[in-house]
Amino acid sequence: MPIIEVNNLAKHYHVYQKRAGWLASLRGLFHRDYKQVQAVRDVSFQIERGEMVAFLGPNGAGKTTTLKLLSGLIYPTSGTATVLGYVPWQRDNAYRRRFSLVMGQKNQLWWDLPAQESFILHREIYSIEPVQFQRRLDELTDLLEVRKLVSQPVRELSLGERMRMELIAALLHSPEVLLLDEPTIGLDVVSQRKVQGFLRHYQVESQMTVLLTSHYMKDVEALCRRAIIINEGEIKHDGPLAEILDRFSSVKQIQLQFAGTEIPADVEKYGRVVERIPPRVKLEVPRQEIPKVLAALLDRYVIEDVGVQERPLEEVIAELFVRKDNPTPPGGTT
Amino acid sequence: MSPSLRIKWCILRTSIAERLAYRADFAFATLIRFLPIVTQVFLWGAIYQATGPQDTRVINAYTYRDMVAYSLLVMVGRAFSSMPGLTTGIARDIRDGTIKKFLTQPVDMLDYLFWHRVAHKLVYYVIAFVPFAIVFWLCGSYFKGWPGAWTLLGGAVSLVLAFLIGFLIESLMGLVAFWFLEVSSLVFVYMLLSYFLSGHMLPLDWLPAPINDWIQLLPFKYLAFVPAAVLLEKYNHQQLALELGLGFAWVIVLYLLNRLALARGLRRYSAYGG
Repeated sequence: MPIIEVNNLAKHYHVYQKRAGWLASLRGLFHRDYKQVQAVRDVSFQIERGEMVAFLGPNGAGKTTTLKLLSGLIYPTSGTATVLGYVPWQRDNAYRRRFSLVMGQKNQLWWDLPAQESFILHREIYSIEPVQFQRRLDELTDLLEVRKLVSQPVRELSLGERMRMELIAALLHSPEVLLLDEPTIGLDVVSQRKVQGFLRHYQVESQMTVLLTSHYMKDVEALCRRAIIINEGEIKHDGPLAEILDRFSSVKQIQLQFAGTEIPADVEKYGRVVERIPPRVKLEVPRQEIPKVLAALLDRYVIEDVGVQERPLEEVIAELFVRKDNPTPPGGTT
Repeated sequence: MSPSLRIKWCILRTSIAERLAYRADFAFATLIRFLPIVTQVFLWGAIYQATGPQDTRVINAYTYRDMVAYSLLVMVGRAFSSMPGLTTGIARDIRDGTIKKFLTQPVDMLDYLFWHRVAHKLVYYVIAFVPFAIVFWLCGSYFKGWPGAWTLLGGAVSLVLAFLIGFLIESLMGLVAFWFLEVSSLVFVYMLLSYFLSGHMLPLDWLPAPINDWIQLLPFKYLAFVPAAVLLEKYNHQQLALELGLGFAWVIVLYLLNRLALARGLRRYSAYGG
């Protein structure tokens, strides 16, 4: 039975359209124009227990709105959703004890107090047994390497340290579902890796169900096997992450290193040159032509090194985000 | 202790710790609040002096001494009923999305804010106790001696009502932010009105009959006038019971309005701020 079940979920906002200038502001006192924004349009998906799913899309695609719906922050315009068998926007206490929502750059810790004060408050709010609480706190602070920082006021922590404290606060009550909205936004590479490593390890250990939104493909590639891609409020893809490349990228990249110091002048006839650092070149070639093109190159030139790779996932998804209507490109495999 | 009480106690404890984080600022803010009463004493002194010898002159049944005593007791009432930052804090939480912590955790938002505010007040009273005691000791001659036990009990109840009504009015204004997002003008209007309607500016029994009759029906008098009037023994037992009973009725009405505004507001809430 799915842990998260979403059927034809839609959320429309009535947004005031304000024009620039003081005259428009004056006019706005008497008459206002509103626009209907369809933040989420008939979205449906299911997530099984223990899955870690990436929820991808450009800014304004509807990712965060969907997470807000699933965490019960807002009511939908239409459609249904259940998480752990509960309707989120009914805000049952029993439901709220079983999930967590972490939004990057949204603080739930007490700013002027050490994080441990917030953790103790969470212990009471979620009725966690003291022994279990201490065990979990020790485990989480060790895994996230912040044990020495729990008695330092939150305002004095770095962004990365604060994010790790936020994760601890979110996980102290052992939620079965974790909704993560941009957990590594604004973090440096070291902190990003620590958070990624922790989430990967913790999710495997706890078999928690995780729905993650992130603009960092490194997060997504490191953590998730399945991705749901949403754009303009609609789902464009739901399946294995690896399938995105097969489905939406009709080309692969061939990396060549020629003998000597030069790149042959006519190399462009074999494919689109995407990078040229003599004697190395990177060509983009349609998938089905890879064997033929490789054979021709090897036959014609002295090549010291060769490699065939997929295009970076980030690039493919970025293209997919700007593509409006037809999610499957000409020549795509699906 | 039941889980619910443990949560309240923990919110109270954590809020006290938070309040004490900025000791110097808090102590300064507490002491600075005594300045207005000094100016008020001088102002009333000047008004009474201008109209004749201070000790004999009576304005609307208040001598100069009564007026100073009233002003001091109004200050005590306002120490219970004023809720600095509550309305704007709720509005800010709604506007920037910080309110999400109350909606995703198994905790009641109004309950949480209430105990948070109780903690603020407790810390305030502890810090302000000595300055209050000094002011009342210095001004002891303006009072007619210690009131009786029933008056003290009635005064204590009226101060609790001042706190509850002050909290519920300001939290209700904060919840208006679900509709308007920005409530600073509302807060400004409320401050102006409550200064007058609570009896902070003038004793309400100075006002002429039709206005006073209407004001008596509103909850604002409980913010300052009623505690002062109770402690100055301006009510007989029957009037006291009636005033306190009406105060409790207002607490219930305002509580229900808060619950309604929260439930309705959450239905139209758009979880702004990412």
